[in-house]
Amino acid sequence: MIVAEQKPIQEILAALPEVDNLLVAGCDTCVTVCMAGGDKEARVLCAAIRMSGKKIRNVETVSIERQCDREFLSELSDKVSRADVVLSMACGAGVQMLSDFFPATIVQPALNTLFMGSTEEAGYWLERCLGCGDCSLELTAGICPKTRCSKGLMNGPCGGSVGGKCEVDPKSLDCGWDLIYKRLKSLGRIERLMDIQPPRNWSRAHDGRPRSVIRKDVRL
Amino acid sequence: MSKLKSGSTLERLLDRGEFVVTAELGPPRSVDPKVLDDKISALKDSADAINITDNQTSIVRVSSIAAAAYLVRQGLEPVVQVACRDRNRIAIQSDLLGAALSGVKNILCITGDHQCFGDHPQAKQVYDIDSVQLIQMVRDMRDRGVFQGGQEIRNSKKAEIHEPRFLIGAVENPFADPMEWRVSRLEKKVNAGADFIQTQCVYDMERFAAWMREVVERGLHSRVKILAGLTPIRSLGMLKHMKENVAGIAIPDSLAERLGAAKDIKAEGLRVCLEQIERLRAMEGVAGIHLMTVEWEAAVPQIVGAAGLLPRPKAA
Repeated sequence: MIVAEQKPIQEILAALPEVDNLLVAGCDTCVTVCMAGGDKEARVLCAAIRMSGKKIRNVETVSIERQCDREFLSELSDKVSRADVVLSMACGAGVQMLSDFFPATIVQPALNTLFMGSTEEAGYWLERCLGCGDCSLELTAGICPKTRCSKGLMNGPCGGSVGGKCEVDPKSLDCGWDLIYKRLKSLGRIERLMDIQPPRNWSRAHDGRPRSVIRKDVRL
Repeated sequence: MSKLKSGSTLERLLDRGEFVVTAELGPPRSVDPKVLDDKISALKDSADAINITDNQTSIVRVSSIAAAAYLVRQGLEPVVQVACRDRNRIAIQSDLLGAALSGVKNILCITGDHQCFGDHPQAKQVYDIDSVQLIQMVRDMRDRGVFQGGQEIRNSKKAEIHEPRFLIGAVENPFADPMEWRVSRLEKKVNAGADFIQTQCVYDMERFAAWMREVVERGLHSRVKILAGLTPIRSLGMLKHMKENVAGIAIPDSLAERLGAAKDIKAEGLRVCLEQIERLRAMEGVAGIHLMTVEWEAAVPQIVGAAGLLPRPKAA
């Protein structure tokens, strides 16, 4: 899922214009799971804005299934038509879809979108995928070095790996390559690490161009 | 004598089996040439080749290639460090051509410190290629006359190939983890094309000796020249910093106690360094030393002289 976190309230307030009607729009999918921008968070943010002293006459909330899906956006039409500004609590894709769907309305973000990842424990989410477009997880025991190594190295750990931790934060950040090394070893496949991995094809990632997928077989 | 790859002084001396001395020079943080001149005058007669760091610890300095060209103009031999942190494969290859054109003959391929340690922690990192891929790229440029993208290094289809010819260096840290992977990582770099290795600063001589034994057992010392990295400790602050804050540097407690108890820690640090050199010279597979004195270049002639390694041999 996509993991995001709420911007500091002062930053949200500073970016908001003083208007009559504000709509705070939550999203019930990824950002609900990571507790950043669901229905509950939208209500809490709404209360915080009301109490902030910011000159906004009416603050309303709403939450829909997915802001990144046109199918659900029409549910918002009435409330958006009454709002001067919509504060979206979706990920960046949701904010942009709202802007796209309601071209006459100002839409602003309330979250910082962070990464594609997993819920590890209550209140702990971890980045697991960069979306590089050229998956090679079969080489590294199912652990992504591009994502889990601070330098995205492809040929083993650098000289800053100590005691299983990364030099960037030796107290709490696991060395991705240490994880890969141990897992390859336990799987009896450590000899794979001696293969020199060639430079990556970054043209499949965002470096190539803003990406899209067009499937002719399912296009109408 | 085998056929030379680069013809550099460093290569000739290594090829002849001399115990070589390289030293590190951090370029200035401004365009004041005096800083560079002072460092050069300290190092020029005591090192066979001078490593020029590439924005070491992610702090902005004069570019390693520009500083190396400055050395070449004075008849000195630089080793240009190339880090993967700041440039993609296009920029690195372009800089390698420029370095060759400026008379640089030795390259050291490194991953590069993470940008979070430097003075621009908000910078975007690159790491388009890693150090192993960089070594392979420099070797392919030299031995196959091709760029990483596959095109030949020439100006037109009819023109001759004019490839950059570098002696290829790499680094290894025998003190990082996973420990059992460290000789394999060296082997991987040798397979990729490394001609010489400069190691991380050695303080734990027992762990280094164990690493070297495995290097020799695997026969890697006959495929690559290994220079042991040395950094004399000169103050209590430096000792504490190196022991506690620098990832991948291991200072044994016994050594820390000895230095901590010394009346003159600077002199004791130099004594430790000289004892290390004596032991390294007798260690099978060690082809030389690499002195990283970190803004204390004046120590290099002292150390090299006291170790009986002066005058430095001539290449020709």
